[in-house]
Amino acid sequence: MASLDSKIPKGPLSNKWTNHKSHINLVSPANKRLIDIIVVGTGLAGASASATLAELGYNVKSFCFQDSPRRAHSIAAQGGINAAKNYQGDGDSTYRLFYDTIKGGDYRSREANVHRLAEVSTNIIDQCVAQGVPFARDYGGLLDNRSFGGVLVSRTFYAKGQTGQQLLLGAYSAMNRQIGRGKIKMYNRHEMMDLVLVDGKARGIIARNLVTGKVERHGAHAVVVASGGYGNVFFLSTNAMGSNVSAGWKIHQKGAHFANPCFTQIHPTCIPVSGDHQSKLTLMSESLRNDGRIWVPKNIDDVKAIRDGKLSPTQLKEEDRDYYLERRYPAFGNLVPRDVASRAAKERCDAGYGVNATGEAVYLDFAAAIIRYGKEQAHVKGLDENDAVLVKKLGQDVVRSKYGNLFQMYEKIVDQNPYETPMMIYPAVHYTMGGVWVDYNLMTSIPGCYAIGEANFSDHGANRLGASALMQGLADGYFVLPYTIGDYLADDIRTGSIATNTPEFDAAEKAVVDKINLFLNSKGEHSVDYYHKKLGKIMWDKCGMSRNAEGLKEAMVDIKALREDFYKNVNVPGTDSEFNEQLAKAGRVADFLELGELFAKDALDRTESCGGHFREESQTPEGEAMRDDENFTFVSAWEYKGEPADAILCKEELKYEEIEVKTRSYK
Amino acid sequence: MMMNLTLKIWRQANATTKGKMVTYPIENVSPDMSFLEMMDVLNEQLINKGIDPVAFDHDCREGICGMCSMYINGEAHGPDRFVTTCQLHMRKFKDGETITIEPFRANAFPVVKDLAVDRSAFDRIQHAGGFVSVNTSGNTQDANNIPIDKHDADKAFDAATCIGCGACVASCKNASAMLFVSAKVSQYALLPQGKVEATDRVLNMVKQMDDEGFGNCTNTGACEVECPKGISLENIARMNREYLFATVKG
Repeated sequence: MASLDSKIPKGPLSNKWTNHKSHINLVSPANKRLIDIIVVGTGLAGASASATLAELGYNVKSFCFQDSPRRAHSIAAQGGINAAKNYQGDGDSTYRLFYDTIKGGDYRSREANVHRLAEVSTNIIDQCVAQGVPFARDYGGLLDNRSFGGVLVSRTFYAKGQTGQQLLLGAYSAMNRQIGRGKIKMYNRHEMMDLVLVDGKARGIIARNLVTGKVERHGAHAVVVASGGYGNVFFLSTNAMGSNVSAGWKIHQKGAHFANPCFTQIHPTCIPVSGDHQSKLTLMSESLRNDGRIWVPKNIDDVKAIRDGKLSPTQLKEEDRDYYLERRYPAFGNLVPRDVASRAAKERCDAGYGVNATGEAVYLDFAAAIIRYGKEQAHVKGLDENDAVLVKKLGQDVVRSKYGNLFQMYEKIVDQNPYETPMMIYPAVHYTMGGVWVDYNLMTSIPGCYAIGEANFSDHGANRLGASALMQGLADGYFVLPYTIGDYLADDIRTGSIATNTPEFDAAEKAVVDKINLFLNSKGEHSVDYYHKKLGKIMWDKCGMSRNAEGLKEAMVDIKALREDFYKNVNVPGTDSEFNEQLAKAGRVADFLELGELFAKDALDRTESCGGHFREESQTPEGEAMRDDENFTFVSAWEYKGEPADAILCKEELKYEEIEVKTRSYK
Repeated sequence: MMMNLTLKIWRQANATTKGKMVTYPIENVSPDMSFLEMMDVLNEQLINKGIDPVAFDHDCREGICGMCSMYINGEAHGPDRFVTTCQLHMRKFKDGETITIEPFRANAFPVVKDLAVDRSAFDRIQHAGGFVSVNTSGNTQDANNIPIDKHDADKAFDAATCIGCGACVASCKNASAMLFVSAKVSQYALLPQGKVEATDRVLNMVKQMDDEGFGNCTNTGACEVECPKGISLENIARMNREYLFATVKG
């Protein structure tokens, strides 16, 4: 059985990473040329890892299911990336970023990993600027910062509302340089179908060419899974349509532990659901909470009038509005962490104060910011600060320069002008803190198999702070994995290339082909989406923002039944030798149908509330989440045993040497 | 108000077979649906009828990944401005309307199936020079060591917002990729980090663009009009200057 040794280096926290790097094994430049590495996924983590490994001299094979690596869903990250540069001189430091991340994660992440993340954060910004990433700058030509939730400093670097795009294009450009040199072999429109183990070590993958349908064998000395998160288990999420858990789930089936599956982030500011046809939800960046104020009406009569279209929100007087985040959390106000903001929105909407037809929306209002900025601009330009029309126009220009693309996106989707009327927002599934269990070296419980970026579990505990996902993806790919993987590969310099004409590859390929035929021959009644939507509804209703034992038990039963029906009744049209999106999707939904059950099992097992995981049975009289440190200061790492209900829990105890574990308060 | 529409859609099994337009009626389309959600509904209906669903590229559905690529009623990404197909909403259409849906057409973009095309030519152009040759060691100078004029930084950013969808190529009567290539060349040319190898970059990228079979630019400007991200023609002018300078410099 695989052990759960986290391999945290000894010594004081602040020296662990430096010491570790100095003492691990290296592979010489000449020997790197003899070693092949597979990287699955080309988001920030996968692209940065591929580029860096190739630069170091390894032979890299990169895989993505999209038509180009540049389209991986990191591209959609909006708000920014954190780094402890302290350019603003507002008291930031490596320690403070480390502390904020641990606290933000509700004391359920691994101290040593998070400290390393904070340490390398500053390198990321230097690296990206050197690559030509056009971050926002001030008039002096230096980099600008803004603030994100759960922190009291401005450490977030950004490129309007398209930071993820710019960072991913930076990593993609670094990949392009290596593809041009022949050091990365790129496989677009390819899906990883399974991991191949030889003598217990990861030695390759079975992949499928999504255009021709051909099943292919690829050998390597190590396999890196950088396939992102599993938010699409909810069907509706801010993830891309193709985002899936399959790479992570395949390695779980082959022996990698899956950690904290129930730790999911529900993002507070998304555009509300408009109807049954909805295929995905769109995020409105957390950065908007720098300037937007969140409210609902104080009086239920006003709520009704607004829903009936008899009252416009802009007509409501200041004293008739309930700025509930500012009321409940005066210290952090609108910039409380995401889990807290989401639950507060749900609380108001459950109480009947939701402002749209479905009752599931609150306002995010920019009127105050527009006036504040407008007055400032009028003052700077020597114009009349009391001219309301002028001030509004100047203020709108400032808001446009900061968030223009987000406002445009909102207007296109909702058909309302957010410069004139407050945005309507509601929480939606956004990010998964849980994922494949990894040790300090980012290796899973399978030797030679690594997981990086959102696909792993390690850095964000039970709740991720805004602008930290980009930081973690690039930290893992540029600055952590390229060092730690050498320690493992140092033993492989005499192995020679990995043959794929072996019984292990034969068996893995046969299993993949059998599964494909199973889907195509099923010829049942319902489409793949029918099952995906049903699964999503179970997840949202019973494993969503608020969970209880009864609902979670029901979810496990319901998902198992749905999975059994799926295998009997799914209808996958077409053949296996053409571009067949339904077939690809069937495989992904099949894995979601297993993951969903494990998710519910994990949520049922963890009877405490922490971060994004809110158990109704564990709350304070004021309705705040209540942790149970005595019984749950551990990582739940699940070992695969066939049926998800039979998975075995392995605990990695979390020890805090540097940080005092406290009640998390943003009041 | 729900709408009933007639869709005329390009169906083509793969790159080597001939394609044709096929007509499908669709009922009860909500104006709040995105165009791709309408396509999802159509495909669900086709699957239930035992007809092969329409293949189309899409992923993020929020206008940033650049994967969706439909040519709708004679316009790349349809009738709305500054949107990709995934952000186009059905409220832009009228009840009873017939909508023609084709793939992005260009010799350099062969059809994969139905409405999905192969745009890997864009990737290959970037392999030829779409980068700054700096190793990802993190051992570079501090990010604030070189101040960059805000106006230049903003222009570089504007160029860098190109999503690589190929609408510019599909809209151009010559199927030219000049807007795409110039956006990348401009981003780097405007930043001190990119200036160092600007000469090689523009020569290599333009050569690869020509090798891929994209057409010439005749300054009609259709690309700028249809670009979902509003990439400006100024970038083409800048690339031409860079190219001229590079050839003179030799």
